[in-house]
Amino acid sequence: MAHEVADQERILASPWSGGQSPFAVGWPKLMMWLFLVSDTLTFAGLLAGYGVMRISLGQWPRQSEIFNLWLGGGMTFILICSSATMAVAVAAAKSGDRKRVTPCLLATVFGGLLFLAGQYYEWSHFIHEGARLFSNPWGVPQFSATFFITTGFHGAHVTGGVIYILITALRWARGRIQPESIEIAGLYWHFVDLVWVFIFTLLYLI
Amino acid sequence: MTDKAHEGGYKIYLVTWGWLLAITLLEIGIVLVRLPKAILVISLIILALMKAALIMAYFMHLRYERLNLIYTVVTPMFFLAIVLFAMIGPDALHVFRSR
Repeated sequence: MAHEVADQERILASPWSGGQSPFAVGWPKLMMWLFLVSDTLTFAGLLAGYGVMRISLGQWPRQSEIFNLWLGGGMTFILICSSATMAVAVAAAKSGDRKRVTPCLLATVFGGLLFLAGQYYEWSHFIHEGARLFSNPWGVPQFSATFFITTGFHGAHVTGGVIYILITALRWARGRIQPESIEIAGLYWHFVDLVWVFIFTLLYLI
Repeated sequence: MTDKAHEGGYKIYLVTWGWLLAITLLEIGIVLVRLPKAILVISLIILALMKAALIMAYFMHLRYERLNLIYTVVTPMFFLAIVLFAMIGPDALHVFRSR
């Protein structure tokens, strides 16, 4: 009996104690994390499908020669920068540095818009060269299909994120929200950056 | 809160940003020097995982969260990676060889 009590105390002191707030974060933040985990599975499905097609076909156009590496690299750079400004906005909101939050959020929105402009340029260039959803001049129809679907899905996430952060910035400027809301918007934006890391690696570089 | 305290609080993001940038340049560099395909793929995947770890740990603050939240987030990714690379990969290769 005695050791059971000791066991219980040990569990209560561990990260698995449960209780009122088992994860030691508020429910909105926990829900955002769970959404991001499930959204990861969506993108993992798209990228795995791409991998299966590419491996099983055995032939694939040299992506690093078709896409402009510096444009892709530049878009990666922009997204990393906007992620950094978002991180600063979250830190500023949490540490009470209120006046720095809105400019950082707007810088993040600007970065997102620049990224979308880069993607618009890339898509229109690619379409101009003859790429369509189910056909392209490079011989492997799946090549343009995976490109349009995967980057399109990611671009939709960026668009959603730009709108989300813009609304968050406006609401923060009017004093309607707490720092936790900035943090949650930040989690979403960093996730968009995180997904781009893998899309850039798998669809542009390899 | 003094300005100095803020500078210290933001420094970690500047450092993370610098590393992410350096790894991105390294990725583009190893594509441009045209390494053998297998080495290229393996090193690019390792570099991408490094970037992902940096973003999750510092930008998303996961490093400072409670252990059970970290496991909740990281475990599905870990098992997913095993399923994708250990099961789907050979399957796709099998389809390719049986053509």
